[in-house]
Amino acid sequence: MSYEIIGMAVLWTFLFGYVIVASVDFGAGFFNAYSLMTGKQHILTRVIQRYLSPVWEVTNVFLVFFFVGIVGFFPSTAYYYGSILLIPVSISIILLAIRGSYYAFETYGARGHRGYAFMYGATGLILPASLSVVLTISEGGFVELTDSGPHLDYWALFTSPLTWSIVVLSVAAVLYISAVFLTWYADRAGDVEATKVLRRYALIWALPTIVTAGGIVYELRSHNVEHFESLMNLWWMFAISFIFFVASVWLIWNRKKYGVAFVMLIGQFAFAFYAYGISKYPYLLYPHLTVFDGVTNDSMAIALIIAFVAGLALLLPSLYLLMRLFLFDKKYVSGKSK
Amino acid sequence: MLFEDPVFGSRMLTLLTLTFHVIFATLGVGIPLMIMIAQWVGIKKNDLHYIMMARRWARGFVVLVAVGVVTGTAIGLQLALLWPNFMELAGHVIALPLFMEVFAFFFEAIFLGIYLYTWDRFENQRKHLLLLVPVAVGAAMSAFFITTVNGFMNAPAGFDIVNGQMTGVNPIEAMFNAATPTKVSHVVATAFMTSAFVLAAVAAYRLIRGSDHVYHKKALHLTMKIGLVFAVAIALIGDFAGKYLAEYQPEKLAAAEWHFETEREAPLVLYGLLDEERDVRYGLEIPYALSILAHNHPSAEVIGLNEFPEDEQPPLFIHYFFDVMITIGMWMIGLSLVYWFAIRRGWAFAQANWFRWLIVLGGPLSMLAIQSGWWMTEFGRQPWIMRGVMTVQEAATQSDYVGLMFVLFAGLYFILGVGVVVVLTKMFRGNPVEKELAEQGGDRS
Repeated sequence: MSYEIIGMAVLWTFLFGYVIVASVDFGAGFFNAYSLMTGKQHILTRVIQRYLSPVWEVTNVFLVFFFVGIVGFFPSTAYYYGSILLIPVSISIILLAIRGSYYAFETYGARGHRGYAFMYGATGLILPASLSVVLTISEGGFVELTDSGPHLDYWALFTSPLTWSIVVLSVAAVLYISAVFLTWYADRAGDVEATKVLRRYALIWALPTIVTAGGIVYELRSHNVEHFESLMNLWWMFAISFIFFVASVWLIWNRKKYGVAFVMLIGQFAFAFYAYGISKYPYLLYPHLTVFDGVTNDSMAIALIIAFVAGLALLLPSLYLLMRLFLFDKKYVSGKSK
Repeated sequence: MLFEDPVFGSRMLTLLTLTFHVIFATLGVGIPLMIMIAQWVGIKKNDLHYIMMARRWARGFVVLVAVGVVTGTAIGLQLALLWPNFMELAGHVIALPLFMEVFAFFFEAIFLGIYLYTWDRFENQRKHLLLLVPVAVGAAMSAFFITTVNGFMNAPAGFDIVNGQMTGVNPIEAMFNAATPTKVSHVVATAFMTSAFVLAAVAAYRLIRGSDHVYHKKALHLTMKIGLVFAVAIALIGDFAGKYLAEYQPEKLAAAEWHFETEREAPLVLYGLLDEERDVRYGLEIPYALSILAHNHPSAEVIGLNEFPEDEQPPLFIHYFFDVMITIGMWMIGLSLVYWFAIRRGWAFAQANWFRWLIVLGGPLSMLAIQSGWWMTEFGRQPWIMRGVMTVQEAATQSDYVGLMFVLFAGLYFILGVGVVVVLTKMFRGNPVEKELAEQGGDRS
């Protein structure tokens, strides 16, 4: 297999990992703030804080991994995306900083500071939007190459229906993923009240997620025909994704096996996400940058792959330990042990 | 608008982010080791005070880590946002250490989470100690990897440029460039020293403020001893760093020392002011010292700044940063040595408030030395971003919005800085050690 494909597969997997763990995190922050506003925090806050506190740093690493990896495997992305993303990414960094500091500050200092909790909740909705702009830009049509480097046409970006569809999808998906996960978590904790509330959220956000996802495929037909066609060639992957979606909604609706429902949800997003990723091949930034002109030299690619395998050998057992202690430990989840 | 020139703006924003990040990064590398040592001493001596010390430091450490993580993420992304041309070129050579740094950080993050949230789950304190090993190792490893990247920028290696194209890339050679050994050891050792002196400052402050608890005395004693060991180590490493500069970056050493003419028996200049004819006034000259520092021989020849074209000379103000760093380093060796000696001999002044105030001052001073050292090394390689290969002018973004981003980030760091101070104060003022010890089943020792 060529280095480009290995690089893309590794990076896309990490991005997928980030999408899932960050969605749980972003959505939880929003539900937490929402429950404060509606006076239901006694039901939700404990469940949410219990899961999130030990893992927020790990969530952040997935993102760092992705952007360090992409610059490593495809140094030219630093030139193209680095030059145009100064504003959207800087805003994302600031929002991430608010979130990152929240756990530490909230847990140890300003416990129950309402203003901070609201800001934290709001970032859960703005962040997916500001990060997903990068996906829109990669579809092409917003970047112009000039003598002083690539330039981003903000006006075209903000007035494009594609931008807003992707923003809506990312927000809906975040709330949906998060609600399904937390339903499962609350159910394991034996917290009937929280399960009830979260199950309702999951059902509410299922429909907008699937509707906007379909809408984007439609938008792409007019925005980037080439990409639309390669998407259509992968229709079967989207079909599998849809079956997973129906299965997980069915389970949640019937209050059955929330754990399996969450696994189905991962399957749903994995198929859709990888199908989308494969269909973009070979473009990193349509039509200026492909994986072939972007890829790093052979010796670095080999070194990165070796480092990656060695790193995984270290990480996977550690991640397993973390999950066993905080996710699958019945006593911890239900709050019986610290 | 602030900073019309995106190159200057990019430099200033990078300076701002790194200066803020370095505070938390330094403590983030050093404090896990202190926690580990305290936990270990606690187990060995079967002394609850040290275990408590590990816990209390760890709680404060989380707040610092949080800010370290978010500012670290910021600088990681800013590298590509502000220096796209640099990252495109250097990415081919230094992606490996950047990538491995993330692994080290990942490793640390996982075990820190486990350590913090399993406090009361393990009966056996030894198991808990084991969790700290990957935290401390991960922290030091990230410092190692990221410093090799900075070393590469100072002493590029591991590639050839043929007709403007990069060929023959060797990632390992790039990582272990000429600057790496001295830089890494210096960075890690100063992080340990600074963390020790910052924690000593906290203990000394509590003692001054009336808590006469033996806990604080133990904390002060432990951290001052650790600080002394690393301060002495740094003086030795600093000497190697000087020799490295003389060999590989003579223009930086020459600018830091205001050494203009190439000559034998070169004196070392401390302090002083430079007038317009580049004459040093009020300086303190130590004969032969620069020759000894550079080549271990009093009559060795040291290359002067005049050998370099004017547009490749670093700014001369780095001399002041150099002085600040050296002076504080020497002062801290002296202070901790006097403390150690006085405690052994039972001299009363070591318990006096004025002496404890000096220790309190030592914490922020050590941090200032770290900053001065970084400013010296970074300004000292101007105008290059990769010495001899690419200038900062060629590397920076052309975006018009850098000035605006500078304002935004300055606001962010201000809020984070205030947040850290407020939270840490609340955390420890509301829960003094006496209270916590009582909750933990009485004061046994």
